[in-house]
Amino acid sequence: MTEFLNEWGITIMVFLPLLGVAAMMLIPKEAEGSHKAIALGTALVTGGFGAWLLTKFDDLSVEELAALNETGNVPLYESRQWIPTIKASFDVAIDGMSLPLIALTLLVTPLVIIYSLNHIPKPGNAKMFLILMLVLHTGMLGTFVAQDLVLFFVFFEVVLLPMYFMIGVWGGPDRLYASIKFFLYTLFGSALMLVSFLALFAQTGQETFNLVGLAEAVASGDIPLGTQVLIFGGMFMGFGIKVPMFPFHTWLPDAHTQAPTQGSVILAAVLLKLGTYGFIRIALPILPDAAVEWAPWIGGLAVIGIIYGALGCLAQTDMKRLIAFSSVAHMGYVMLGIATLTDFGINAAIFGMVAHGLITGMLFFIAGSIKDRYHTLEIKRLGGLLVQAPRLGWILGLCTMASLGLPGLAGFWGEFPAILAAYQPAEPLSEELFRVYMVIAAIGTVLAAAYLLWLLQRTAFGTPSDEFKDDPEIVDVKLTEWISWVPLLILILVLGFVPGLIFDITDSSAVEALKNIGVK
Amino acid sequence: MIEQLLQVQTDSPEVAWSLIAPLVTLALGGILLITISSLIPSLKDNWFPAAFTAGTAAAAMVFVVDIWDRVSSTGPEFVVANSMSVDQYTVFVTGVICISVFLVSLLFHGYLQREGFSGPEWYVLILMSASGGVLLASAEDLIVTFIGLEILSIAVYVLASLHLRRGESQEAGFKYFLLGALSSALFLYGIALTYGATGSTRLTGISQSGLNERGLSPAVDSSMILVAMALLMVGFAFKVSAVPFHLWTPDVYEGSPSPVVAFMASAVKVAGFAGMLRVFFVGFGPYVEDWRPLLQGLAIASLVVGSLLAIAQSNVKRMLAYSSITHAGFILIGIYAAADPESRSNGGVLGAEAFLFYLLAYTIMVAGTFGVITLIGRRDDGRHSLDDYRGLFKSNPVLAVLMSALLFAQAGIPFTSGFLAKFRVIAAAAQSEAYVLAGVAMLASVVAAVLYLRIVVSMFLVDSPAEADEPDALPSGLSAFPLAGVTAVAIAVVATIALGVLPFGQEILTDAAEAMSAMR
Repeated sequence: MTEFLNEWGITIMVFLPLLGVAAMMLIPKEAEGSHKAIALGTALVTGGFGAWLLTKFDDLSVEELAALNETGNVPLYESRQWIPTIKASFDVAIDGMSLPLIALTLLVTPLVIIYSLNHIPKPGNAKMFLILMLVLHTGMLGTFVAQDLVLFFVFFEVVLLPMYFMIGVWGGPDRLYASIKFFLYTLFGSALMLVSFLALFAQTGQETFNLVGLAEAVASGDIPLGTQVLIFGGMFMGFGIKVPMFPFHTWLPDAHTQAPTQGSVILAAVLLKLGTYGFIRIALPILPDAAVEWAPWIGGLAVIGIIYGALGCLAQTDMKRLIAFSSVAHMGYVMLGIATLTDFGINAAIFGMVAHGLITGMLFFIAGSIKDRYHTLEIKRLGGLLVQAPRLGWILGLCTMASLGLPGLAGFWGEFPAILAAYQPAEPLSEELFRVYMVIAAIGTVLAAAYLLWLLQRTAFGTPSDEFKDDPEIVDVKLTEWISWVPLLILILVLGFVPGLIFDITDSSAVEALKNIGVK
Repeated sequence: MIEQLLQVQTDSPEVAWSLIAPLVTLALGGILLITISSLIPSLKDNWFPAAFTAGTAAAAMVFVVDIWDRVSSTGPEFVVANSMSVDQYTVFVTGVICISVFLVSLLFHGYLQREGFSGPEWYVLILMSASGGVLLASAEDLIVTFIGLEILSIAVYVLASLHLRRGESQEAGFKYFLLGALSSALFLYGIALTYGATGSTRLTGISQSGLNERGLSPAVDSSMILVAMALLMVGFAFKVSAVPFHLWTPDVYEGSPSPVVAFMASAVKVAGFAGMLRVFFVGFGPYVEDWRPLLQGLAIASLVVGSLLAIAQSNVKRMLAYSSITHAGFILIGIYAAADPESRSNGGVLGAEAFLFYLLAYTIMVAGTFGVITLIGRRDDGRHSLDDYRGLFKSNPVLAVLMSALLFAQAGIPFTSGFLAKFRVIAAAAQSEAYVLAGVAMLASVVAAVLYLRIVVSMFLVDSPAEADEPDALPSGLSAFPLAGVTAVAIAVVATIALGVLPFGQEILTDAAEAMSAMR
């Protein structure tokens, strides 16, 4: 049994949600109850199985896992043939870099489904909605475990369609525009990314698409630096649009604003991380020299994103749009951490991804609940949430505090170390430049405090407006909301006090990812 | 007198019937069908012609399998006084054409009943045209190539104008005929010049003279041969609708009966590409440096024009006409990569494999797509504006899902054959270091995705207009559509997804690709 799970465990985890999809396909769509039960059950089983799998983590890098796997099956690493003629293989692994993000995915999806139990957005059809959610689950897990460029690309793309339909069918009034914009932006990025992947494959002698193999081939080969920089550029487009980095961020506010609550939560909590994860999993380890050339530009765009996102927030009148812009700013910190090319920065980036996933995911949940109650998210019409729904108001307060990076909450450990890492970037990078970035990023935290406190003040404080004073629909947090929120809230607190929970896991793989930086 | 005549020795070549059995089956099937139908008139109005045609295609396919095994062991065979060559490449293309005939004959059945046409002539013309296509793909002599091209085309000119009630159909047939005749004239001029320059119409003879010109003796007028190659290329470019010889395509696709377009877009194009490849690989192999840039120009122009102009259309058939132009660009890249003189030295048949796989995948998905269009065209086959697809998901969810699968395949979304087809082409281009071409192709595919999305959007996301009182409202429920047509579409979808998920048949592809590369 152990042998079997060592050999198939990750694959089972990734494709378990599709089992639920298959079951739901067979049931007519009128039986909403059984669809919800199956979807939730599948997500919980996947989560439980995945959590059990993650306990086998032993602080080994993918390379070490692969070496051990030669002699016998080890947990958390699987390699099998897939499409031999194009040299694509089904290589999957879990290491310290992907573990926190997989855990986040395994946690968020069931919570979103719990929230969906009584929040299926218009125009209904729980069957299709939940099927898409489970397909999305497989796509996200697959992207995080993939160790082969083709496999990664396939899962990266698979994520696109369910989210497109989720926004396009269940979204707000402008859903058509938002969904197509989302789809095209991402597709545009992945088109260039695919060309880069294939160029890399061709340049390394068409031996393998395996990430470790490619990194070795590039390190020992003699690809001209100019070519490497161009290949990195293609990847930058693919990952950078997904993050999204300034100036490719414009799809995000539209997509978030129009998406249903569940879509927004998944988008913020997991989907945006696919881009940053791509940088640290693929771009940096494989093309270290090109990364050094690109890092100043990435850092620059990251701090522009921080400031631009913050200023954008200050100009918003819609709560959901404001949270969306705050994502642009927060992902800027993550990218700044990555751009320093130090293990400290990458640790901060991974922590930032998880923290942003928890906090912004929570904020979108709250926005969804406010929208359910008030039927609007226009900030100037809201107010007095603490009076009408005190618990909801306090949760909003906690999450805004976490989002602005208050020490003791999870958000702090994403932002602060990233800023600190910019003080001392990796050897080949210009110290002066990154210190400038550091100062700008620090100013960004002040702006973050400004817009988040402003948001809190305008929505939670004060007295309810006449419009909503006696509205019977405005009630406090409901049961399904509690169930789906509490785990996130606990994690925001726990990670705030014990950040080592994540740093201990990520540290060795962050070092591993950077081992080729500045070698030549 | 008669005895004298009998004594005259005619010098007719020996015919290896068993090796050209698919060609003979298709042609003979057409003749038999029209004979039987005129002898037993009661047969022509029921399922018989469709079943007979599908059966003929299946029988030809059986021969294809048999001949495949034979030429796998014996190598290429030259038959009918060396005017045709039967190798794995020919056999593969023949198989693809047979698949197209099979699917199209299923589509015709319900279509003819709906439109109130009777008679076997539609089927006979399809079979004739297909036999011309097979001849074109295997011709070893430019005269035979020309005969194949004409048999292929003339039948399709007639088919295009066979919808007697629609003026557009007459116009389409006339336009197709005029432009096709012009391209045939240019092609014939190209043959004449080739003969003038090299003294041969035999492909091997032409390449022999080319070798002389390059190496041994200045026997060949090279400027004349350049003009000849250009003219031949124009002739083929017309058939495969590569820009700038595409101008007939949108009008003809829009006006012709929908199942005929399914045939035109699949088998006719496949045969055109197959003929182009054989003529240029075998005949003009020594001049590869001269004609390869032409392919690059045609490919870029087709990709850019096809994808950009598609956006401006509002008629689905016109949209897909432009999309077929974009696909032609991709296929041309496959040929471009396969013709890379460098690729032979490093043992790569990547380009050839990509080309052949693209032909197969494209044939199936385009036949399926036009199959759905055939089904929902309503009587008189005129309802093809984007508005006519609105809310299809509501009235006919199964058809809408099948259509979306085919459209996503055309857009190149993973887990469909379209993705692998594009992937292979781009990989081959990257191997030949044609990065500009690869980049243009990927960007064009993103732009082209807009067009597929527009159709999907109107099927899924837009509510259908009130058309209850409309006389020719689309029937809801799958049973209202002809079973044969739905079966054809379902087969196409299953094949499209199966080819994208499971990499089966790779040996076949490699063998055919090696045979194709060996032609140079």
